[in-house]
Amino acid sequence: MIAGLYIDGNSALHRAAAGLKVLALVLLGTGVFLIPDWPVLAVVLVTVFVLYPVSGFGPRILWAQIRPILWLLVLFFAVQLWLNDWQAGLVVVFRLAAIVSFAGLVTLTTKTSDMLAALERAMTPLARFGVNPEKVSLAFSMVLRFIPVIAQIGHEIRDAQRARGLDKSVLALVVPLIIRTLKTADDVADAIDARSFDPD
Amino acid sequence: MITLENVTVEFDQRRVLDDISLSLCERRIGIVGANGSGKSTFVRLLNGLQVASSGIVRVDDFDAAKDGRKLRRHVGFVFQNPDNQIVYPVVEEDIAFGLKALKLPKDEIDRRIDEVLARYDLSDFKTHSSHLLSGGQKQLLAISGVLVMAPRYIIFDEPTTLLDLRNRNRVERAIAELDQTVITVSHDLDLIAGYDRVLVFENGRIACDDVPAIAIARYREMMA
Repeated sequence: MIAGLYIDGNSALHRAAAGLKVLALVLLGTGVFLIPDWPVLAVVLVTVFVLYPVSGFGPRILWAQIRPILWLLVLFFAVQLWLNDWQAGLVVVFRLAAIVSFAGLVTLTTKTSDMLAALERAMTPLARFGVNPEKVSLAFSMVLRFIPVIAQIGHEIRDAQRARGLDKSVLALVVPLIIRTLKTADDVADAIDARSFDPD
Repeated sequence: MITLENVTVEFDQRRVLDDISLSLCERRIGIVGANGSGKSTFVRLLNGLQVASSGIVRVDDFDAAKDGRKLRRHVGFVFQNPDNQIVYPVVEEDIAFGLKALKLPKDEIDRRIDEVLARYDLSDFKTHSSHLLSGGQKQLLAISGVLVMAPRYIIFDEPTTLLDLRNRNRVERAIAELDQTVITVSHDLDLIAGYDRVLVFENGRIACDDVPAIAIARYREMMA
């Protein structure tokens, strides 16, 4: 689940500024594509892996970051092996694994609010073009917040339709899901107003 | 004090509230009525979420039609479903949401968050995902988010409807301990039985306005 990956801690990465961590992620994401050699990429990947225990996270948490993309890594390696050679396969796999595990580390050590505050600051220059950084930041936070809520609504509807024997009907899932999501959006807008959100 | 003078609310030419005039100055006010009787619209008027089609709504020095934003800071609102009220993915971040709008210093924001979390035994959940809390904890988080804003009044719109008995009792205790003036819309008649005053709504009008024993008895008759 995307929401709430942050784990409290007091490591150097926890204390580092959110903007700096996001910048490091961007640099790493770009940098690995400039490195063509698999041994150098292996060193980058191992360095990222080492940052996990340094930040207070065990192998289980590291594995939780890699596991969801494991099939993708295997697929990419197989395709490169077929089209090129095993060295090219390792280059692709190490690049992707380094980016994903470092992105996971940034998320694990950065509060959503700090991340959003960094986003707000980064967007401040856009205010002169009519962009409201606070509104954009709120929109991002709500995407994170409501993914599990909408997933829960989806589960409830699927269970209800299953109980009625409509488990194979896509329409029976999608229509009530859209209606309930729109109703939820109305209620949330009311709640935001009621909680004195004032971006102007 | 809350005063309404000849307040009417219409949606699509349908009259939801019909010429309501009253003053409210009690500390605990309950509101009951059948679904669609106008009770939720009534409380939404009190913090400016709903604007009257005609008439005047005043809360202390605020005119609801003109001072909507100020009024919302003066009158907190706790909704029936906390999932729709919690807007940030992490507990402490959600409580900070309204405080940031007040442009308070970070130290003060942190102090208020710690204080309110301790009050509701949620300190251990400070950095937890808000969507992983139990229903009762979510409702207490929603109350916390309102309470840190230090409003003068707090409106609860069916706060116990989605809760089991244990969590219902927790929320009831939390409401009872509040220093603020509380206005509670509820189908849970036990929740408002100890209040100072109860309004019974029917078809957009107040059918009964009395102490709980009399108003609730009247409501039971109406629903029989």
